[in-house]
Amino acid sequence: MYDIKETYRAHSIEEALALLEGHPGAVLVNGGTDVMIRMKEGKLTDAVLISIMDVPEIIGISLRENGDIAIGAGTCFQDIYHNEVIRGAVPALAHAANQVGSPQIRHVATIGGNLCNGAVSADSVPILLAMNAELELAGAQGTRRVALTQFHTGPGKTVLQKGRELLTTIVIPKEEYAGRYGSYIKFGQRNAMEIATLGAAVCLKLQANKTRLEDIRIAFSVAGPTPLRCAKTEAALKGMALTGDMVKALRQGVIQEVQPRDSWRASKQLRLQLVKELGERALRQAAEEAGGTIHD
Amino acid sequence: MIKTIHLTVNGRAVELGVDQRESLTDTLRNRLGLTSVKKGCEAGECGACTVLLDGKSVNSCIYLSVWADGHSILTVEGLTKENGELHPIQQAFVEEAAIQCGFCTPGLVMTGVEIANSGKTYTREELRELISGHLCRCTGYENILNALERVVGRKENGTL
Repeated sequence: MYDIKETYRAHSIEEALALLEGHPGAVLVNGGTDVMIRMKEGKLTDAVLISIMDVPEIIGISLRENGDIAIGAGTCFQDIYHNEVIRGAVPALAHAANQVGSPQIRHVATIGGNLCNGAVSADSVPILLAMNAELELAGAQGTRRVALTQFHTGPGKTVLQKGRELLTTIVIPKEEYAGRYGSYIKFGQRNAMEIATLGAAVCLKLQANKTRLEDIRIAFSVAGPTPLRCAKTEAALKGMALTGDMVKALRQGVIQEVQPRDSWRASKQLRLQLVKELGERALRQAAEEAGGTIHD
Repeated sequence: MIKTIHLTVNGRAVELGVDQRESLTDTLRNRLGLTSVKKGCEAGECGACTVLLDGKSVNSCIYLSVWADGHSILTVEGLTKENGELHPIQQAFVEEAAIQCGFCTPGLVMTGVEIANSGKTYTREELRELISGHLCRCTGYENILNALERVVGRKENGTL
């Protein structure tokens, strides 16, 4: 038996917010694949659970009139992986969605849960960070929009006001995906049912002749207290020709901007090596996706 | 607290009183006697408790029974026809000796049924990925993959 005091099911965003307000300390739950484990481990006790799996407004993927991609927070990873809009416009996100847990987990686990848990290892986060995704948070006062780069504040911590707000939508603005190419590389001890030891994502845009970087974003998971971007390295690489010097600049830059730690999963030393190596591989993969050739 | 839920289990409509704290695994095993649903890791990692929820494989150990209210569940007990004939996936497991201790078998069979229901065929590599949510400590997976290939296999070049 799980350590549960009471369970509720919300059928709309409004009802979920009302239930949250009426039950201080209650926890929102969708697929439950993380929340249930927290109860198993005794980290969540005497739980009041509000299920949002029946809230239709937060399920599904759509293309808005302005071309932005809107992913409902309650969309499961399996549906993201198979979605035509995602596969066409942001294939690296489809790939990342398929790295989560196992098929059984991906059938119920949602992208919103992956974000709101605030885990530094979340598979969906690096590529979304690299794509400047934005989040829509619904509260009693209406909806506010937060850049994903501002969302995580510490391990397991986000700016989401737990008990008062609900993540409804992940938005990838059109200008953030059109003409841009991305990649996500996960390193783990095994290929399935694995928490990332380190994750690297790159999203880039090449200049028209495809020989120089017009823009680049680099993001890592498990390389600091939150998933993070490497802004200085990004600025340094902008405009560089696709050469071995560019790759070297990435390897030397990113290492200055991460703060990995020792954990039972991997040493700090290994993670620093992975940051350089996976950063380079993610860069090469994204450049290839974009149709560019790196001259070493 | 006991809550009343309505499920379709193996094609039959059932009304059940369940403790809201109990997992779907416990409800299926203890209240309905469907002991093909195994308790392995009880943390969503080993896949022994896999059942089909509205046709999709899920780990019933980390799914609350109250969440399944209004939904349809299929377990191994629901596969066998009235005349005793096995499901093609079960038959293939028998023919390929894809079973040793048998503990992972019901879960793997259910994932196999889900794969077969997709109506598509898959390469061995794709099948490896599709069963990656199951742990088998006996077989080394080879005979399990052989069995699945019998039903839904496809060679790399597209031929059967």
